[in-house]
Amino acid sequence: MSPSPEHDRSGPQPAPLAPTRDGRPVSDRGDTVCVIGAGASGLTAVKNLREHGFGVDCYERETGVGGAWNWRHDRSPVYASTHLISSRPFTQFPDFPMPDSWPDYPHHSQLLSYFERYADHFDLRQHIWFGTEVVRVEPAEGQRWDVTTRSTGGYGPERTSRYAAVVVANGHNWSPKLPRYEGLEEFRGEVMHASSYQDPAQLRGKRVLVVGAGNTGCDIAVEAAQQASHCWHSTRRGYWYAPKYVLGRPADQVNDTLLALRVPLRVRQWLYHLTLRLTVGDLTRFGLPAPDHRVYETHPIANSQLVYYVGHGEIAPVPDVARFHDRTVELTDGRRIDPELVVFATGYLPRFEFLDPKLLGDEGAEGRPRLWLNAFVPGHPTLAVVGLVQPDSGIFPLSHWQAVLFARLLRARLACPERAAAFAQRVTAGAGERYSGAVKDSSRHWFEVGHADYLRALERALRELEAGGR
Amino acid sequence: MRSWEWARPVRPARREVLAAVPELDEGRPPLLFVPGFGHGAWAFAEHWLGHTSGRGFPAYAVSLRGHGDSEPAPDATLRAYVHDVVQVAADLPRRAVLVGHGAGALVVAHALARYPARAAVLVAPVLGGWPTFGAALRRNPAGTLPAVFGGRLRLAPRQLFSRELPDADARRYAARLGGASRRAQWALLNPDEPEAAVGRPPVLVLGSPDDRVVPVSALNRAARRYESAPLLFPGLGHDMMLDARWREPVDAILDWLEKEPAAGPSRA
Repeated sequence: MSPSPEHDRSGPQPAPLAPTRDGRPVSDRGDTVCVIGAGASGLTAVKNLREHGFGVDCYERETGVGGAWNWRHDRSPVYASTHLISSRPFTQFPDFPMPDSWPDYPHHSQLLSYFERYADHFDLRQHIWFGTEVVRVEPAEGQRWDVTTRSTGGYGPERTSRYAAVVVANGHNWSPKLPRYEGLEEFRGEVMHASSYQDPAQLRGKRVLVVGAGNTGCDIAVEAAQQASHCWHSTRRGYWYAPKYVLGRPADQVNDTLLALRVPLRVRQWLYHLTLRLTVGDLTRFGLPAPDHRVYETHPIANSQLVYYVGHGEIAPVPDVARFHDRTVELTDGRRIDPELVVFATGYLPRFEFLDPKLLGDEGAEGRPRLWLNAFVPGHPTLAVVGLVQPDSGIFPLSHWQAVLFARLLRARLACPERAAAFAQRVTAGAGERYSGAVKDSSRHWFEVGHADYLRALERALRELEAGGR
Repeated sequence: MRSWEWARPVRPARREVLAAVPELDEGRPPLLFVPGFGHGAWAFAEHWLGHTSGRGFPAYAVSLRGHGDSEPAPDATLRAYVHDVVQVAADLPRRAVLVGHGAGALVVAHALARYPARAAVLVAPVLGGWPTFGAALRRNPAGTLPAVFGGRLRLAPRQLFSRELPDADARRYAARLGGASRRAQWALLNPDEPEAAVGRPPVLVLGSPDDRVVPVSALNRAARRYESAPLLFPGLGHDMMLDARWREPVDAILDWLEKEPAAGPSRA
C-alpha cells in the first residue's frame, strides 16, 4: 500500500474531487492516518501505526529523518559536542535496542544513524513525504481531519487531503524561548540563542556569558571554559549538578535501581542529596548558590564537568541578569560584567502554528496544551500529540508507548466503539494530569514527567483499553 | 515498565554471527537462526545457512553467549541470551524472521516480546517446564540429573539424531556440543511465561514425532500457544538441521515464508 502520488503531482488537478473545503478540492485518503514530522517520535508513530495495520502518510519539512537529531536540519538544536544525557537503556526504543558496542552516552551523530537504521529496518521511508510542510490541520465531519500541505519554503500549490486521524509529532525543541531583558537592544556585544550554537570555535578567545543552567547551558559553559578567554555562567537559582556516573555506573541506572525497588520519593531524595554531598560536595564553597529546592523538583542536570571547571576557576558563577547596558551587563547583585558574547541557553517552547490552539485546549494561546497523558486531546479522539514530554530519561521510549496506545485506540474505534468511548471519557476527565512530583513552576517544567510514573500511567491506560470489552 | 532492564542492562558480550547472504538481493526478509542450549551457530552453518541463501533468503546464525565462538559466559541468564538475539536481529538491514531450535525456541519466544519480528519459526521447541524435564529424565537420566544440581545437561547422540545419520557424523557433532549456563538451564525447569509477542508475527511450529527430546504433546502445546498446529517430519531426530534428511524441514520453512502474506518479501 504505497501512498498515492496525488499531493506530489504538479499542475492543476483534472477535476475537483467529491469533498471540498472553501471551494478547494480535498482528496480523500480513507482510513489513512497522517503523521506530522519524521523525527524520533514521528518515526515510531509511523512504525507502530503500520504495525497495527493502518496506512500512513507522514509529512516531513526537511529532507531526512531524525528531526532535531539531524544536524543538517536548520531547526536542529544540536551542537558539535552534543551527547546524550540519559544512558542507552533509557533512550532506545523498547523494541529496537541500540548496539552493544556503543558507549553509555552516545554522541548525537550515533543517534541520527540509529534513527536512520530504524527507518530502514522497518521500511518506513516509503511512507514519508520529505520536503513537505503542513500548513493547516482542520477538523472535518465524522471526526476526520483535513491536512493542507505544500513544499517546504512555501512555493508550489497547497494540497488538502482528508485523513481518519492525525498524529502531531513536530517536536518541542526548535522554537527558541528568549526572555525579555531591559536594554537588550542597546547591547553592542554579540547575542545568540543556544539553538544557533554549533561549534566551540564560536566561543574561542572571547569573553562569554552563558545564561541558563539547563543541560545545554551547562554544556556550553563547559565548552566556554575550555575555549573562551573568560566564562560567566548566570543562573536563576542554585541547582543540583548530578554527575553522569555515580558508584561506577551511569547515574540514571543507579537511580532506577531505587525506583525498581519502589523506594519512596523522600528516601530517594535523601539518598540523592547524600550521594551528591559525598561526590560533588558543597557547591556554595565555589560561590555557587545553594539549591532552593529538593532534588527531583527541577529537571535533572547531568553534567560532571561543570563543577570541575568552576573549581578550576574557568567558570565564574554569577546570579541572574538584571539588565543590559551598551557595553556591560548588570547582574541582580549589582555587579557589572563586560562580555563580548552572550549565549542564551534559555530553552524552547512548543509551537503548533498549523493548529488552532483551542483544539489542543490551549484557551489562552500561551502555547501550553491541555492534554491527558501529554498526548490525548479531550473532545478529539482522532488527534494525538506524540513526544510532547520532558522526562527525566530519554523521550523515545515514551513516544513509542504513546504511539502504541494511540494505534490501539484507533483500532478499538473500529472494533469496539464502546471501549473507545470509555477511553474518550477518561481523556476528558484526566486532561492536564501531571506525572511527576512537585516541580518548580516554569515553562521549563510544563511537560516535565517522571519517566517511571508516566510509563506506569501509560501502561494502565493500555490495560484499561484492552480489558474493556473482552 | 521494565524497571530492571533499565536499571541493570545486560552486560555486552562478544557474539559469533555466521552469515550466508545470496549474491542477488531480492528484498526477501533475512532469517536469524538461534541454536538451542549446547549448540552454536556451527550447527546451522553445516547445511541450513547455505541452503537458505541458495533459495534467495539472507541467512544468519548467532551463537548465544557461552556457546560456539561467542564469549564464555558461565553465569549468563536466559535474559542475556534473549538480549543477544534481539541485538543481532536489530542489527540486520531488514526486519528479520527468527528461527529458534530446541531451547533456542524459548529464547526466541521471549525475544518476540522485545523485537517485532516479521515471523517466527520454532523448530522442535523446548519451552521448558516439568513435562519436558520428565521426558528428558526418562530418556537420559544420567545426562539430565546432574543438570538439576548445576552440572551440565548432557544429551546422548542417539537422543539428537535419527538412525539414518552415520555414526561417525553423529559422534562428530556430539563432540562439538557445549553447555548452557546453569542459570539458563534452571530457567528451563521453571520457565517464566513469555510476554505477548509484539507486532503480531505469524508463528510456525515444526518438529518430529520421533524426536527423543521433545514429545509430540509438547509440540502440540507449543503450537496451540500460537494458535496453529505443528508441522511434523517423521523419522527425523531432535537436531533436524544436522540429521540425514535436513533438507525437508528447512524447505518447509522457506515455502511457508514464501506463501505467508505477512512474512513475504515486502508488504508494500
